[in-house]
Amino acid sequence: MGASHSRSEEIQELADKTGFTSEQIEHLHRRFRQLSGDQPTIRKENFDRIPDLEFNPLRAKIVHSFFDKRNLREASEGLVDEINFEDFLTIMSNFRPIEMDMDEEQLDRFRKQKLKFLFHMYDSDSDGKITLQEYRKVVQELLSGNPHLDKESVRSIAEAAMMEAASICMGQMEPDQVYEGITFEDFLKMWEGIDIETKMHVRFLTMEPIAPCH
Amino acid sequence: MARPWQAPLGGLLGALLLLLLLPPLPGALGSSGGHGEGEGEGNGTVAYQIVTFKWLHVKDPYIIALWILVGSLAKIVFHLSHKVTSVVPESALLIFLGICLGGIVYAADHIASFTMTPTLFFFYLLPPIVLDAGYFMPNRLFFGNLGTILLYAVIGTIWNAATTGLSLYGVYLSGIMGHLNSGLLDFLLFGSLIAAVDPVAVLAVFEEVHVNDVLFIIVFGESLLNDAVTVVLYNVFDSFVAIGAENVTGVDCVKGIVSFFVVSVGGTLIGVAFAFLLSLVTRFTKHVQIIEPGFVFVISYLSYLTAEMLSLSAILAITFCGICCQKYVKANISEQSTTTVRYTMKMLASATETIVFMFLGISAVDPKIWTWNTAFILLTLVFISVYRVIGVILQTWLLNYYRMVPLGIIDQVVMSYGGLRGAVAFALVVLLDEKKVKDKNLFVSTTIIVVFFTVIIQGLTIKPLVQWLKVKKSEHREPKLNEKLHGRAFDHILSAIEDISGQIGHHYLRDKWSNIDRKYLSKVLMRQSAQKTRDQILKVFRELNLKDAISYVAEGERRGSLAFIRSPSIDNTANVDFSIINQMNGDASVSQILRDTSSSVCLDMQALEQRRKSIRDTEDMFSHHTLQQYLYKPRQEHKHLYSRHEITPDEEDKQNKEVFQRTMRKRLESFKSTKPGHNCNRKYKFHKQGPGQKRKTSNVMPNGNLYTEPVKEKDTEVSEAEENNYDNLHTGLAMDFLANVTRQNIMDMSGVDNPVFSADIEQTATMRFPPWLYSEEMVVPSPRAQEQIPYSPSNFQRLAPIRLSTRSIDSFLQVDLPEERPRAFLPDSTPM
Repeated sequence: MGASHSRSEEIQELADKTGFTSEQIEHLHRRFRQLSGDQPTIRKENFDRIPDLEFNPLRAKIVHSFFDKRNLREASEGLVDEINFEDFLTIMSNFRPIEMDMDEEQLDRFRKQKLKFLFHMYDSDSDGKITLQEYRKVVQELLSGNPHLDKESVRSIAEAAMMEAASICMGQMEPDQVYEGITFEDFLKMWEGIDIETKMHVRFLTMEPIAPCH
Repeated sequence: MARPWQAPLGGLLGALLLLLLLPPLPGALGSSGGHGEGEGEGNGTVAYQIVTFKWLHVKDPYIIALWILVGSLAKIVFHLSHKVTSVVPESALLIFLGICLGGIVYAADHIASFTMTPTLFFFYLLPPIVLDAGYFMPNRLFFGNLGTILLYAVIGTIWNAATTGLSLYGVYLSGIMGHLNSGLLDFLLFGSLIAAVDPVAVLAVFEEVHVNDVLFIIVFGESLLNDAVTVVLYNVFDSFVAIGAENVTGVDCVKGIVSFFVVSVGGTLIGVAFAFLLSLVTRFTKHVQIIEPGFVFVISYLSYLTAEMLSLSAILAITFCGICCQKYVKANISEQSTTTVRYTMKMLASATETIVFMFLGISAVDPKIWTWNTAFILLTLVFISVYRVIGVILQTWLLNYYRMVPLGIIDQVVMSYGGLRGAVAFALVVLLDEKKVKDKNLFVSTTIIVVFFTVIIQGLTIKPLVQWLKVKKSEHREPKLNEKLHGRAFDHILSAIEDISGQIGHHYLRDKWSNIDRKYLSKVLMRQSAQKTRDQILKVFRELNLKDAISYVAEGERRGSLAFIRSPSIDNTANVDFSIINQMNGDASVSQILRDTSSSVCLDMQALEQRRKSIRDTEDMFSHHTLQQYLYKPRQEHKHLYSRHEITPDEEDKQNKEVFQRTMRKRLESFKSTKPGHNCNRKYKFHKQGPGQKRKTSNVMPNGNLYTEPVKEKDTEVSEAEENNYDNLHTGLAMDFLANVTRQNIMDMSGVDNPVFSADIEQTATMRFPPWLYSEEMVVPSPRAQEQIPYSPSNFQRLAPIRLSTRSIDSFLQVDLPEERPRAFLPDSTPM
């Protein structure tokens, strides 16, 4: 485990990196331990032990994004098999709420960071584009909670949404132009005017974890 | 600009003035009339009178109707001038009008005959306004900020009441106000009734200001929920004053605190219970559609009255009744009923609001209630404003520790400034018993002044203030499908993150709630058919399409016909095409033809057509197609049978739906249409599909082999494949014909390499299909087309580009439309 002072130093380091407070890190660390079964790393299977996650339609995508190298270390692709606590924190830090004292530039970076995470979640083949294929899949998963919706209409919705995206991002297009997919720039454009920073956040508590896991 | 409406304005004003004089006039007449009647009776009826003047008989309802009319007419007059209404809030104008009317009435009658009685206000005027607020409450926003709202509503109101009452009492002790017959409890009583922010006033003013949603919901939610606190404080102090300060024991205070919880929780529960009942009832109203909207009003009103009967918070009851039932009721009742409910509710709320403010003005004109005490009145104004500000700042400071999105200084300014007092306070103060509260008149006058001050002065200045502070305004954007989808994704992602990090937070709770809702509540409270279509995303999808359809038809109307549907050349689409043609091959003859037949490209294509096909055939087909698809049958004489219980669906309705469905098809098709080079792929696919195949397989296909298909196919390949498939076709003549047509086109195309051209060929080809060949499986977009969003010529939203096909939206329609409506617009498929 290491001596206590090095541990607090470690926490401080993590806090600087991820922006969490040390209490939050303590708390998340306990949760991490709980999930991993006191191992230093978490594997995909560990997430299966969270019962509440079971009914989440986007479950696979979300868990996937925890192991996505693009979210962990810049400029590499693919998946890792296991993540350590720091990686766990890095992912979690995407969901931090904004702070009062952030300036414009920080806000912008923060916003981009959040959107990047989201984008990577949609762009499953990491080619830098959300193709209709990928989008359709997301929509399918999203709407899978409604058993009455058939596949066809789900597809129509995905297509209509893509069409909308195309019209936002490209505006008027030349006749022989083909919209191949939403790039990250387009993605940013689509999110203009929507306060993602006020939407994509979770309150990280400093209390004991309450939700069970087995 | 001003001229055109001056004449009608003058006329209206004249009419209005006449009306203003009416109420007192009949009043005077009425008394004499009544007198005459009495005399007549005394003399014994000598003769039978053919016409009698029975003013007294109709007096009350007549006057009520007149008031409503005057108020409504006044609204018309106000809105004749945009300049006035954009500066002065309507509520302030109505108060002025009320004062004028009251003055006239008083001058004529010398008694203030019309004042707003608490009964009138609480039983008839308030419920519609609050119900409207609850029923159209943005639930998600409301519950998202519930903690904040509750804090302001409960702690804020108590704070305001206590500080205002105590400070006034303190100042009174210093002797500035002179002598009053009031003790501490009276001041606290006054403080409690003046403390509450008024929902009616807040709504009236904030609706015109358009601040951002969060700010609005906080102020508005506070004004709704503080009712429980106000009611309890008022009742507690009222009874304390009644039993006398010296007899108040600690037990009474505890009772007061307990009663707060009973009143608020009880009121809420009553509301929820009635919402449940209402939702359940609307589930079974399918066959009594005409009275469907009535249930919404009657049951909500009953919740109000029930809560009142049990001396619980009636406002909370009806608010929560509206909040809880809206989802299920909206899903259950028919579209027409939804519209009816919406309009009736808005109309009632708006009318009662008008009357409330007008009556506030009228009630002020009564010398009997006026007792002037400069110090008291001024200090009340100062205290309520100052303590409101302090309260807001303190509470926000506390809240910002917990809120995810902290409230900034600007928000706080608007919140403090938005603390408008209104009719609730007035009705409560009038309700005071003069025997118990000696200074009732002073309280009444002060309340009137406070209400007028907040509504008029603050109402007038809040708009400039909001602009000056650059408060984030609410934007009215079109609902975007992407936004909805991402929003949904967020819900799931965030609740997952909460699950993973092991916390029970907001999203966790919402997730659990929506699970419960889906599993149990919706099953019980929603109609079977509604459960399918209730999805938000689907709703937005539908809305968007509907909007497109409407603008599409409007475009058609603008041009005088819907003919442009078949000739996209008029659109900018075609303009693009033209330029490209000219650029690309400079083929004078083609472009010449195109330009000459500027009405449509189709005509040109027809000309090409005629080389191979007999003119007659094509034209027949074409006109048939046109008639079938794009022109409405002349409206049939409607048998207007009177029925109280049913409204026959409008022909127009059907046509609108038809247009909607068609547009949907177009919309998606336009989006699917490929690069010109791939047009052949589509046909190729179609042939491969084979007409005998069931829809299901065709659905699976594009999904099944998305990547396996070659991305580009040469025309020759296509025709080869087509030939094979063609041989395999074992269908009737119709199918042969169809194949023929397509083949010819493809052959044709191999000669022409103008991409624009081929697109048009494809289009005409489809157009040539007579409806009886119009099968659903006809055109399956190529895999490439599905993978990549192709260009669609003009603005997507405007759905100008037309590429015909029959696929891809039907299923949506199936989901969306009630089962009983057959997809009539598609001539039934599968050629036999």
